[in-house]
Amino acid sequence: MAIDTTTVLKIARLARIAVKPEECAPLAQEINGILAWVEQLNEVDTKDVEPMTSVVAMELPRRKDEVTDGNIRDAILANAPEAEAGFFVVPKVVE
Amino acid sequence: MSRLTDLSLREARGGLTRRSFSARELTEAHIKACEAARPLNAYMAETFDQALAMADESDRRIKAGQGRLLEGMPLGIKDLFCTKGVASTACSKILKGFKPPYESTVTAKLWEAGAVMVGKTSMDEFAMGSSNMTSCYGAVTNPWRRKGDNRPLVPGGSSGGSAAAVAARTCLGATGTDTGGSIRQPAAFCGLVGLKPTYGRCSRWGIIAFASSLDQAGPIARSVHDCALLLQGMAGYDRKDSTSVDKPVPDYTTVLSGSVKGLKVGVPEEYLVEGMPDEIDELWQKGIAWFRAAGAQVIDIKLPHTKYALPTYYIIAPAECSSNLARYDGVRFGLREKGGDLTELYSNTRAAGFGAEVRRRILIGTYVLSAGYYDAYYLKAQKVRARIAGDFREAFKQVDIVLTPTAPSPAFGIGEMMDDPIAMYLNDVFTVPASLAGLPAMSVPAGLSGDGLPLGLQLIGRPFDEETVLRAGGFLETAAQFTAKPAWLEGGHA
Amino acid sequence: MSAIVQGATGPFEMVIGLEVHAQVISRAKLFSGASTAFGAEPNTQVSFVDAGMPGMLPVINGVCVEQAVKTGLALNAEINLVSVFDRKNYFYPDLPAGYQISQYSQPIVGKGVVTIDLPDGTAKSIGITRLHLEMDAGKSVHDIRADATHVDLNRAGIALMEIVSEPDIRSPEEAGAYVRKLRSLLRYIDTCDGNMEEGSMRCDVNVSVRRPGEKFGTRCEIKNVNSVRFVMRAIEYEAARQVAVIEGGGTIAQETRLFDSQKGETRPMRSKEEAHDYRYFPDPDLLPLRLDAKWVDGIKAALPELPDARKERFVRDFGLSPYDSSVLVTEKENAAYFETVAKGRDGKMAANWVITELFGVLNKQGLDVSKSPVSAAALGGLIDRIKDNTISGRIAKDVFEIMVETGKDADSIIEEKGLRQVTDTGAIEAEIDKIIVGNADKVAQFRSGKEALKGWFVGQVMKATSGKANPAAVNAILDKKLKG
Repeated sequence: MAIDTTTVLKIARLARIAVKPEECAPLAQEINGILAWVEQLNEVDTKDVEPMTSVVAMELPRRKDEVTDGNIRDAILANAPEAEAGFFVVPKVVE
Repeated sequence: MSRLTDLSLREARGGLTRRSFSARELTEAHIKACEAARPLNAYMAETFDQALAMADESDRRIKAGQGRLLEGMPLGIKDLFCTKGVASTACSKILKGFKPPYESTVTAKLWEAGAVMVGKTSMDEFAMGSSNMTSCYGAVTNPWRRKGDNRPLVPGGSSGGSAAAVAARTCLGATGTDTGGSIRQPAAFCGLVGLKPTYGRCSRWGIIAFASSLDQAGPIARSVHDCALLLQGMAGYDRKDSTSVDKPVPDYTTVLSGSVKGLKVGVPEEYLVEGMPDEIDELWQKGIAWFRAAGAQVIDIKLPHTKYALPTYYIIAPAECSSNLARYDGVRFGLREKGGDLTELYSNTRAAGFGAEVRRRILIGTYVLSAGYYDAYYLKAQKVRARIAGDFREAFKQVDIVLTPTAPSPAFGIGEMMDDPIAMYLNDVFTVPASLAGLPAMSVPAGLSGDGLPLGLQLIGRPFDEETVLRAGGFLETAAQFTAKPAWLEGGHA
Repeated sequence: MSAIVQGATGPFEMVIGLEVHAQVISRAKLFSGASTAFGAEPNTQVSFVDAGMPGMLPVINGVCVEQAVKTGLALNAEINLVSVFDRKNYFYPDLPAGYQISQYSQPIVGKGVVTIDLPDGTAKSIGITRLHLEMDAGKSVHDIRADATHVDLNRAGIALMEIVSEPDIRSPEEAGAYVRKLRSLLRYIDTCDGNMEEGSMRCDVNVSVRRPGEKFGTRCEIKNVNSVRFVMRAIEYEAARQVAVIEGGGTIAQETRLFDSQKGETRPMRSKEEAHDYRYFPDPDLLPLRLDAKWVDGIKAALPELPDARKERFVRDFGLSPYDSSVLVTEKENAAYFETVAKGRDGKMAANWVITELFGVLNKQGLDVSKSPVSAAALGGLIDRIKDNTISGRIAKDVFEIMVETGKDADSIIEEKGLRQVTDTGAIEAEIDKIIVGNADKVAQFRSGKEALKGWFVGQVMKATSGKANPAAVNAILDKKLKG
């Protein structure tokens, strides 16, 4: 499943990481190297094996329905690159 | 009296209790050591004022007879831990300047136990690396040097800053996090003890996530006893972390009996990997002999899926990281680069903010989760992961502990192994299996390589059986009599 | 509106499926302890978890789980005792972590069914594909500055139930009835307030068209439609648009569209132009959600009477028509009001008064039954006065109007205004005699066979008695006198 530069651009777009044209080929090569290396997993028989979705053997803990948080707007916005009137601000989004 | 910075954490506690010196003196000595060790670049932020204030509080407490578990103990904190009002950046440009308005559970517990923060230690960016070379603050230098060779070496990674800081005696211990070996491998490279607890033993709340199903906080220190003390302060249930396990925390220091008589020690043949230096195998054999001589029962075991652990890890960890790192988008915190529209802003911010290794892993993770590839990669890896965990479950029916080398080589030179990601990944070949299975594992310095660098042996235990890991580690430490000191302490690096 | 779109080349059938996002009623958010209250100052009901700050972790709110199970049971659906939370990855400024925690391959609720009642008295079953729990996104505000979008995360992290229907809906009316029915169910069990104006219930509408008998056409998804009326109009518009495209020789592109309620049109959503690849995978911060079968049974046993059961009971106990009954049960407050009125009285009469008179007034005044100017007891009192012949049905309507205006009860209005019905046959007879004497011509016409004139005489008597004469007595006496 070797990937080409088009695929690199596609996944870079999905991941929202700008990739320069000259970076594509080396990236494709690196990623292909890693993908070729992980191919060896196909040697493992995993028929009837349940995927491991949790490491700890316990029940999902559930919270009580209580308001215990909030009213910390200053702290929420403290690190924002741009904030205004209590909002985070980003360039105009067209829906 | 020896220098205060040469004391073990245990000895320093004793000294404070006996009032041989004050917490302030202890902290000041470590601050001086930090200043002297700046060339190592182990810290990305120094918090000396805060440290002194914390030390003064410790002195007050000690005077009032209210000393706590880690009262007055100067520690380094890996930059992956969010510390309130103190830069917490995962050593990534994308988080430069980020000061969290909250404190991670583990560090909060340490402060409640009286510990003192001297600074935030450097690390591989977002904990992705085995050399500490990917930190946005630059490489960290290992306090150790090869015999007769002054070229700088890496401290290992990702908790390389923590390991270098402890080895250089700038703090009594440090926190690390371990996703695939990030505590154990740098501990081994720097001649230290590093413990990755069972997944779920320490809260992940407030630790910047790399791979959520693998990340686990743990201590790096200069002795097994010190690690036990630190783990005591770090471990415990946290209702804010859904994967934190609600089990009482035993008193880890009382289990260090030194006796391994009757202990069943498993030795997996699969850890004898191709290309591993003989001296590492020899050390391993030495370790086996020590256990046998002390009355432990050494048993050959099989962990047949060991060789698949690394490729499994390099699917699962990037997949999780590609999602965990999506929040660094320039909207609510951290770096923001300009862009014509929002998508450009995102893409430019993330291209500029993430280093090459982080970008590479995000792209791989994005790919293996993408439509059409999920089953072939991610799902397959989760199934192999189940197999690997199954291997350990089987093995622990026979044995109490597993003994292996920690890393396939001693510390390597700064700049080496940077061209081939897979060669770098192979550093974690012995540490990753326990991570995938969520098991507690510890590296104990057990000897020196031919060129005078520390080598570690790893002990892997049953889930939540840190006690046996510590007990066996304590024995190993005594048996190995590892007393070598890094070149940094023997007059520094020329 | 009809189920069939008549194109130039022949009829087309609509195929409609709905994804309803219903905000769960809970005090705190799905994965954080921040409040869910509506209308707070921006970013004041936000925790570090909701803001996707580094190192923050989700912990699930048990009540939200319970609400989802309750809803699943009300939808006659399978409850999955093991379900999994997945991450749905995409970038958007109102999605702080860069992923939404949702449920993908293993939702908490599986297949179910909802019965809708149509105005022609028929009922139809609409299949439920699934219900899953997920977190809501924040809100983007586009009109504060021309060059910027402002983000408020108060809504981010509130629990949503996404309820997905099978493509069983065939007309805008059915879609409207389905949404109303769903809202009714959710309100009965208090799992969602169903307030579409505040966005606590939102619909994504999947529409396709096909010539009858053909297989499903390509569908378009119309996002975030926020009223029943708009759902119906959006479907109407979209189906017509698709038919026009097909008949014009074009093909329908599978796309996400937006409904412009001002223009009554749908248009493609720019932000969704890009093909999505959400890269779902199980959230490693959470474990699989396991439910205890006994716990689920307990919730089932504690469910209140649901609209369908109540409707059946109203038909059975009060003799109502199925449609009237379904109208009454839609809102549980209405149903309770009706029951108070009907208790111990003529159920059909009570239903007529509630549906025609009371709902007429409430609709006109834009009020809920909870704000009704006439209490159920008062309306019952009015009906009692009709039944015991104190007033006629016609006078009762006047009394009711006064009740609405003044809030007084029927008895005091009847007393004050002297509206008590005249049942004294002597007095009625005297009035009738006067009319017969004064209208000999009409009497003659009546007697010569023009019996329809009787109504005119009744009217005259009523006029003379200000409507208070007992209609039965008037009829009886007139019959006797007119025949001579």
